[in-house]
Amino acid sequence: MSTLIKTSLARKFAMALSGLFLVFFLLQHFTINLTSVFSEEVFNEFSHFMGNNPLVQFALQPVLIFGVIFHFVMGFVLEIQNRKARASKYASNNGAANSSWMSRNMIISGAVVLSFLGLHFYDFWIPEMNYKYVEVLPENPTRYFEEMVHKFESPVRVGLYVVSFGFLALHLLHGFSSSFQSLGANNKYTRAIKGFTTAFAIGIPLGFVFIALFHHLTAF
Amino acid sequence: MNLTLKIWRQANADATGSIETYPIENVSPDMSFLEMMDVLNEELIGKGIDPVAFDHDCREGICGMCSMYINGEAHGPDRLVTTCQLHMRKFKDGDTITIEPFRANAFPVVKDLAVDRSAFDRIQHAGGFVSVNTSGNTQDANAIPIDKHDADKAFDAATCIGCGACVASCKNASAMLFVSAKVSQYALLPQGKVEATDRVLNMVKQMDEEGFGNCTNTGACEVECPKGISLENIARMNREYLSASLKG
Repeated sequence: MSTLIKTSLARKFAMALSGLFLVFFLLQHFTINLTSVFSEEVFNEFSHFMGNNPLVQFALQPVLIFGVIFHFVMGFVLEIQNRKARASKYASNNGAANSSWMSRNMIISGAVVLSFLGLHFYDFWIPEMNYKYVEVLPENPTRYFEEMVHKFESPVRVGLYVVSFGFLALHLLHGFSSSFQSLGANNKYTRAIKGFTTAFAIGIPLGFVFIALFHHLTAF
Repeated sequence: MNLTLKIWRQANADATGSIETYPIENVSPDMSFLEMMDVLNEELIGKGIDPVAFDHDCREGICGMCSMYINGEAHGPDRLVTTCQLHMRKFKDGDTITIEPFRANAFPVVKDLAVDRSAFDRIQHAGGFVSVNTSGNTQDANAIPIDKHDADKAFDAATCIGCGACVASCKNASAMLFVSAKVSQYALLPQGKVEATDRVLNMVKQMDEEGFGNCTNTGACEVECPKGISLENIARMNREYLSASLKG
């Protein structure tokens, strides 16, 4: 068991598992956000539940934050280790001949997504923590929809969201299917897995973009 | 064909290398890449210049000795061939061809285009074998039934010639494809199952100690592998490793 902690393969498993966990969270986040397009009440109900349920707040949320931090810290560690493994670079390297841009530039797409998370935390998570745990304001179960729509009034913010989700799609296009390979799944289902993960990698970020644009365009 | 060759020249392992330019004329499209290099070296010797050192042996794609990173790809732009099987017809008159050694910290340059790939040997020594008593009482191979599907997969894995193109092509200089081919070759066969747990743990440990990078599943290794070793082998090694780690 101890060997599973410090080897290159252990790091690969850890990246795959934390990535899959974040993909699962992304789907859950998307599902709740999507309700905001159809019903203000349903969105408020979901948001109120997620924001006030002790299990979500004090068990799932810390796990999620740990998962995010672990995934990006490990990503940077792997990038540094991998760069060190070839100290002398090629004068001519045709990476496009044998691999996708997404697979070779996970650190770039990941860094953009991480920057976006900073903005997203600044927009929603920090005000939420401040509301509940610093200022300890009285809970209003109908405040969430208004707060969210207000954020999407700014075209600059919506633009940044759209660009970030583009990079999230690029990250997922390689990362999601790659996590199955890392965990040892390369078999007769691989084509189906690739099809599903590709649809997910494009569809979910596109859905988030749609939600942001929808609220931006209907806010006035 | 008349070509311009830009070749990495490095006097020895400790020297600082650089790209040198050599024009070469009247190259036949029917020449193999190594024959073209032989012609160049004859010309260089005639001019009193040190010939370009490069690895080669069988010159029929079996031994795994030839290497070279040609125009940004291991074994050049062709698929499923080693450098010795690459023909000059793949290039056009007037082309400039950049030729570099396989680059990875674990594959230090010995001289010019020749690199030390003994890291692969050490990985192989760590577990890439089956301990079978061959002193006269070896069991008849046909006495052990093996599923055709598994036999084919094991054979495919066994076609790895250990050339190192996977490491050279990988942006992380990872050796996972090589190691996974060796692990798979035995893991699929009943003869290899006896030592399966130790084998995968020891070979991966040695791989890490040699300083190869981590695998990020870009798939470049599979594309550039002259023997078409599949990424399936890496997935199999991952399963073997996970299972062995939980046992050990």
